[in-house]
Amino acid sequence: MTQKLSGIAASNGVAVAPAYMLVDPDLTFDKKTISDADAEKVRLHSALDASIKELQQIKAVAEKSLGSEEAEVFEAHITILQDPEMIGQIEGKIDSDKVNAEEALKEITDNFIAIFEGMTDNAYMQERAADVRDVTKRVMSHLLGKNLPNPALINSEVVIVAHDLTPSDTAQLNRKFVKGFITDLGGRTSHSAIMSRTLEIPAVVGTENATATIKQGDKVIVDGLDGIGIVDPSDEDVTTYTKKGDDFAQQKAEWDKLKDEASVSKDGKKFTIAANIGTPDDVAAVNDNGGEAVGLFRSEFLYMDSAELPDEEKQFQAYKKAAEDMHGKQVVVRTMDIGGDKHLDYLPLPEEMNPFLGYRAIRISLKQPDLFRPQLRALLRASAFGNIAIMFPMIGTVDEFRRARAIYDEERQNLINDGVKVADHIDVGMMMEVPAAVLIADKLAKYADFFSIGTNDLIQYTFAADRGNEHVSYLYQPYNPSLLRLIKKVIDSAHAEGKWAGMCGEMAGDQVAVPLLMGMGLDEYSMSATSMLQTRSLMKKLDTKSTADLVDKALDAETNEDVADMVKQFMAGLK
Amino acid sequence: MESKDFHIIADTGLHARPATLLVQTASKFSSEINLAYDGKSVNLKSIMGVMSLGVGKDADVTISADGADEKDAISAITDTMTKEGLSD
Repeated sequence: MTQKLSGIAASNGVAVAPAYMLVDPDLTFDKKTISDADAEKVRLHSALDASIKELQQIKAVAEKSLGSEEAEVFEAHITILQDPEMIGQIEGKIDSDKVNAEEALKEITDNFIAIFEGMTDNAYMQERAADVRDVTKRVMSHLLGKNLPNPALINSEVVIVAHDLTPSDTAQLNRKFVKGFITDLGGRTSHSAIMSRTLEIPAVVGTENATATIKQGDKVIVDGLDGIGIVDPSDEDVTTYTKKGDDFAQQKAEWDKLKDEASVSKDGKKFTIAANIGTPDDVAAVNDNGGEAVGLFRSEFLYMDSAELPDEEKQFQAYKKAAEDMHGKQVVVRTMDIGGDKHLDYLPLPEEMNPFLGYRAIRISLKQPDLFRPQLRALLRASAFGNIAIMFPMIGTVDEFRRARAIYDEERQNLINDGVKVADHIDVGMMMEVPAAVLIADKLAKYADFFSIGTNDLIQYTFAADRGNEHVSYLYQPYNPSLLRLIKKVIDSAHAEGKWAGMCGEMAGDQVAVPLLMGMGLDEYSMSATSMLQTRSLMKKLDTKSTADLVDKALDAETNEDVADMVKQFMAGLK
Repeated sequence: MESKDFHIIADTGLHARPATLLVQTASKFSSEINLAYDGKSVNLKSIMGVMSLGVGKDADVTISADGADEKDAISAITDTMTKEGLSD
C-alpha cells in the first residue's frame, strides 16, 4: 500500500530506488548461566571470526570506493577483534562466572569503553570508545544471529533510510549507488542535510517515522524539492516523480551553463555571488559551481574538528590552501565563532543561562588574546598567498571593533618587523548580526572595510527568539519589514562610506529574498555552493529599478507574509 | 630477555593507527612482548592494552621481549617506530 511521508526538503532533486535500511537491529539479550563453558567459547570465536571476515570484506570495498585512508579504520577494528588480552578476558569471564558469551562480551568491552571515555583530557582517545562500541555491536549481532547493515557493501542503487546519519555512516557510502536519503531526525542544517547537499544527493530529513514505515527493499520516492517521501508508490507516482526529477536535472543543466558567467542584473548591475565554506576542501565545490568568492569561511570548524587547539601553523596551512585554491578570488575568513551552540572539549567555557547572549565569538577573542593572536597571525601569513579578508563576528560596539582591529594591527606590524611577507592590503570587516551594531552602522562603517550580514543571528536577536526553540519558530521572519529595514540600514551605511555590504546567511540564497536584496543594492551574496547558480540565473531576470520599487513597498508593509506575497506577485508579473 | 627504551616524538602519541602498526608487528613474533609506561605494563600484542595506556607525545616507554625470537622482535619494532616517525 502506498504511504506518504512528509519532512524537510534538505537537498534538491528526486530519487526513485529500493530502500536500504541503515538501522541497527535489536541487540538486547538475556544474561544466562551456562554449564558448558567450552561450547560458549566456541560460539564466541565463531562470532569473532565471522565479524573479522565481514570487516575484511568491508575494508576491501572501502579501499576501492573511498580510498585507503577511510578504509584504515576497519583495519583498526580487525586488530581489536584479534586482541589476545580482550579475548582472554572474555574467555576468563565465561569460565569463572559461567555466563553466556553475550554477557561476557558486554562486560569486558564496557570496561574498555569506560577506560577510553575516562581519558577526558584526550578527545581522540574518547573517540576510540566509539570504535570499541562499533566492533562489539558487530560481534553481538553474530552471537544473536542478526544482520547489521553494512553500507560499505552496497552495490546497487538504493535510497538510504535511517534514524539519523552520522559522519561515519556517510563516510562509508558509495555515491555511485546511493540515490537518496530519508531520515527520521534532523533539520535543514543537521549533519545529514549538509552532507546530502555537498554530495548533491536528494534528501528528505525529519520525517519522524521513516524507519518505522519503510522496510528493506521497499520501493521509495525521495522528493528533495518539496520534502516528500512516498513508500511503495503507484506506477503513476513513479512516472510523475521521475518526470519531476528529470525536469529538475534539466533546469540544473541550464543553471550549470552560467558557471563561467558574471552575476549581473537584467539592467547590467554587477553583483558578487559567493559561497559559505567550513574547510579548505569545500573550495572545490565553490569553483565547480562558479563561485566568485568565498563570503564566509567558518574558521570554527578548524577548532571543532580538532582534538586540541589548532596552532598557528595548522591554521596557516588551512587558510593558505583556501586562498590558493580560489586563485586570487577573495576568501573572507570569520575569526573564531565559538560559544553559543558551539563547544570545544578542550576549551571549557562557563555554563550560562543564555549562551547566545553570553560569552561567545569576538567576546572570547578579545578576552583571551592567546587564542585570537595566533589566528590573526595565521591569517596575515596566508594573505601573501591569495586574497584573504578578515571578518570579526558578533561585534556590537565601535569600541569592540577598534580593540579587535588594534590587536590585528599589532600582529601585522610584528610580522612585518620579523620580515614575514603579508599582503599590502587586507579587507578587515565585521559581521552584522547584533541589532545594536546595525543601529550605529554609519559609525562602524568609518572603521570596518566591509559589513557581512549574518541573517540567522540577526533574526534571532531582533525578534528575541531562540532559533532552536520550535515553540517560537514562527518568529523566524526573514521578510518582516523590521528586518528588511535593518538590512537596508546596513547597506546604506556601508555605501555612504564607500564600503561594500554582503550577506552570509541562508537568506542570501533565498529566492524570495534575493529580489529584495538586489533592490536594496546588496553587493555580495554568500550561500551554500549548490545554490549559487540558481541565484545567478534569478539575478539575470531582474532589474534594479523595479526591484528598488518593490523594496519601497516592502519596507512599508506590515507583516512577513505580506512581503512574501508581494515578491511572489512581482515574480509572477515578470513571466 | 631483550629490552629497549623509546622516546615518543609523534604529535598524536601512540594512538589508533600507530598503535595498530606496532601491535601488528609484535604479533608476528612468538616471544612475549610488553610495553611499559608510567609504572604500568601491557601486552604489546593487545591493541586495547596499548591504547588504554594513553601514551602521548614526549612519553618515555620501554619495550621488552622474552622468547626465542626476542632479538628479531625488538629490531622489527625499532624499525616500525622509526619508519612511522613515532620515535627518534
